[in-house]
This record gives sequence, structure tokens and C-alpha cells, in this order.
Amino acid sequence: MNSGYALSLSDISCTFISRDNPGQRYTAVADTTLNIAPGEFVSVVGPTGCGKSTLLNIGAGLLEPSSGTVTVHGEKLVGINKRAGYMFQADALMPWKKALDNVIAGLLFRGVEIPIAREHGIAWLARVGLGGFEDRYPHQLSGGMRKRVAMAQTLILDPDIILMDEPFSALDVQTRQLMENELLELWSEKKKAVLFITHDLDEAIALSDRVIVLASGPATHPIGEFPIDLERPRDVAEIRNQPHFTELHSKIWDVLRDEVLKGYVQHKNIVEERTQ
Amino acid sequence: MNNKLLRVWQIALVIIILSTWQASSMLSTKAAFFFSNPIDVAARLVSWFFIDLDIYQHLGVTLIETLLAFVIGTILGLLVGLWLALNQRAAAICDPFLKALNAMPRVILAPIFALWFGLGIASKVALAVTLVFFIVFFNVFQGVREVSPTLLANARMLGAGRNDLLRHVYLPSAMSWVFSSLHISVGMAFVGAVVGEYLGSARGVGYLILQAEGSFDVRSVFAGIVVLTLCALVLDTLVGKAEKRLMRWQPKIGTTEKI
Repeated sequence: MNSGYALSLSDISCTFISRDNPGQRYTAVADTTLNIAPGEFVSVVGPTGCGKSTLLNIGAGLLEPSSGTVTVHGEKLVGINKRAGYMFQADALMPWKKALDNVIAGLLFRGVEIPIAREHGIAWLARVGLGGFEDRYPHQLSGGMRKRVAMAQTLILDPDIILMDEPFSALDVQTRQLMENELLELWSEKKKAVLFITHDLDEAIALSDRVIVLASGPATHPIGEFPIDLERPRDVAEIRNQPHFTELHSKIWDVLRDEVLKGYVQHKNIVEERTQ
Repeated sequence: MNNKLLRVWQIALVIIILSTWQASSMLSTKAAFFFSNPIDVAARLVSWFFIDLDIYQHLGVTLIETLLAFVIGTILGLLVGLWLALNQRAAAICDPFLKALNAMPRVILAPIFALWFGLGIASKVALAVTLVFFIVFFNVFQGVREVSPTLLANARMLGAGRNDLLRHVYLPSAMSWVFSSLHISVGMAFVGAVVGEYLGSARGVGYLILQAEGSFDVRSVFAGIVVLTLCALVLDTLVGKAEKRLMRWQPKIGTTEKI
């Protein structure tokens, strides 16, 4: 078993069986192998609904694959992936906890004492630009601020692997670019392995060391892999103007476009079937 | 309409109702017998509260019953609700029985409770508990079921074990539903206590009303109704205050997305 990878999914397939009708099956992911080295920033792009999140949930240990194995730093994954942090697409903060209590929740679950956890939490909130907002409840924060809290909540645990599921997709473009730069900055300090899911190719190229393109579902699998050899440190807003960025973009888009079209047609058919 | 004008109208309405009541009882002896009149009712209230001072022990008993029923019913509802919501098989087994128990008109249990627990406080508390329990139970059940899967997954990824999930995710979520039903459950506890007293007791405001009814003392019946209404209002206000304090994390319209 190759232990060089931080996270390794090998020959993963994932089939869902309909609860109401056991005869109905849906294969979300088929025969997918995905390796991420320690310190590597990998993005996975693909059309909407192709099974990107399924892949991430398997890496997180929230979902067990139908076949194939997941290894984390060489060890077979059983149950929740304790070395991974997960940033969700949807709001996942506990609405009944203040910002600080949300940030330190993971530390408390792991048995860290409250005063120490609070100290860390305050430092982390300041680090994501929310110093002074410790006592706010999530509903008192804007969408961008909630994402920052979620980022602090995940990163305070210092995970070896960071899984991100379109974490910034709900933000406006300006806030998003700010957050992307902040993410790169935090990542470059510690160089964790990152698996970043997005449907935005620009975002994927700007952030990653490697971009993987997934086929449209069902039974999605990687159909292309592109190393991104843009220099670091990067500024996500400026990097888009570099000629090499545009080059990479068109190269990847060539592969992605067909899949997006396929995904779109499938989606349309499903909607039409349902409405008929 | 501004607040002052609103208040003026409300006071005017009260005066109109009271004076119509008073006038009709003065004009007709039949009306006077069946409806008494506001002045007599007020006099009765004054004598209860300030002269004879005999209302306090009855009111005290009713309030103690309400409080006990409320606390016991809420705790039971919370425990059973949490247990069943987190235990799919048990929930599936218990489902038809719970539905049947909830559909049953609980007031018919009063005679059997009187037989089991006697005419004292216990039988009233038991009756009111059956009313409160189901309200809290169904709300907790719903509250746990409605926890967002993302929130759960997030807590698990942060390292939450079963007990952590219970304490930091399921319970707060369930509590928000319990609080939203608090007004109803306090009211129900009160109803259970008074109805229990009315059906057989030796003390309490319900007993007072029953006695008055037995001797055609209509003004005492009305005075009892006034006392109960005021009590219910006070309880409701207290619940509202507690809710405001404990549910600060919940967004209110107009305070979302501050800054």
C-alpha cells in the first residue's frame, strides 16, 4: 500500500439504492482513483450533480463506498476521517452557539480544556478577520462572516487534510476572492493537503496545484488531470489576467465543456420527465 | 392607528361591555340571576383578595398543580421525545400507541386518576401531565428529526461523539421547538389542573367555582373565571420573558444579517 499520500481513494464506486424502491439504483461514482500528496492543493471540477460531493463525503468517512478503499496517510479509513477537516457548502454552524463557541466546539469535543480552547478560538477569530465578533450568534453575521467562522472552526483543529465542498459558492464575487486569498495564505503557512470541490473552473485553477475534471453523472469518474504550474504566492484576482492562466483555462475547458453540456441535457430530461 | 388611540379604544370597549352587563342585570331579574353584575363580581374579588383572604390557599394549590404538571410533563416529553427520535425501531413500534393515546380525550382520565391518586394534588397533576407531555413530546420529536444533516455531519467531522451530539446538537434543536410550544403547554397544564379540580377536589380555584355553581352563586363563578384568566395571562407573560432570555440565538425578523 502506498503510504506517500495524505489521502488516497482507490477504485472507488458508490451506488445508492432507493429506499422506497430497492430495484432502483443510482451509481454516483464509478472506478475512481484519486491521490493527494501531503501539502498538495487539488481541485475537482465537474458539472453540477455529477457526484463531486459524494466523492468528498467518502474521503471524509461520512459515506462508505460500495467498493474500493480509502487510505489516510497509509492507513485504511474506518468511520469518520479524524485527520480531515470539512468545510461544507451549506451553513453548518450551530445557530445556538456564539461565534467563539462554534469555533472552539471541535476542541471541546476533543477534550481540550475550556480556557485554553477559548484562547485559541479568540486568536483564530482574529486571524480570519473577526476579532471582536466572539459573542455574535450566526444569525447576526453576514454570509461571508459565517464562512470565516466555519473556516476558523475547521482549521483550529489543525487537520492534515482539508476537504472543501464549494465553500464559497454562496458568496458574492468580491467577498469570494477575498476569502480565496485568505485561504491560500492560511494554507501556505501550514501546507496541508486540500481537496477542493467546485464547479467554477476559474476558482479551481487560481487555487490549485492540480485540477481534476470529472465526467457528468451518473457513474462519474475522472476524465482529465491538469497540473497547474502557476507561480505562488498567487493573488486570485490578478492571476486571471496572466496569459498562462488563460491557456490552462481553455485547455481544461475543452474537456469540461462536453461534460457540462451532457450534464445539462440529462438534467433537462430529468426535469421534463418529472413534469410530464 | 397609534398606540394611544388603540389604548383609548380598548378601554372604551371594556367600559361598554361592563356597563351593558351592569345595565341589563339592573333591568331584568332573570339576567341578574344568571349573569350577576360587574360590581358584585368586583366586590367578591375584593373580599377574596383583601378581606377574607381565602382565595390564596386555593390559588396556591392550583398554581402548584400547574407548575408540577408543567415541569414533570416537559421533562418526560423531552426524555421520551429524544429517545424515540434517536431510536428508529422503538419509534416505529410505539407510533400507533402514541397516536392512540394522543387522540384519546384526556379529560376522561380524570375519574380514573381520582380513583388512583385520591382527591388531592396528585390526581390533578397526573391529568395535566398527560396534556403537557404530548405537546412537548411531539415537538421534541420533530425538533430532533429536523436537525439539518449538514449540521450533524459538521459536528461529527469536528469530532463529536454520541453524547456531544446529544448535548450540543439534538438537545438545543429540540429545545427551540419546546420553547415555541411553551405557551401552549403552560396553558394546558393550567387547564388540566383546573378541570381536575372541577371534577373532584377539596381545594383549588376549580373547586371554588364548583362550590359556587352548586349554590347558584353566579358572581363567585364569574369572579373565579376572572382570577383564572388573570393567572393565565401572568403565566403567559412569564413564559414570554423566559423564552426571550433563553432563545437569544434565534433570529427575529428585523435583526437578521446585522452589519
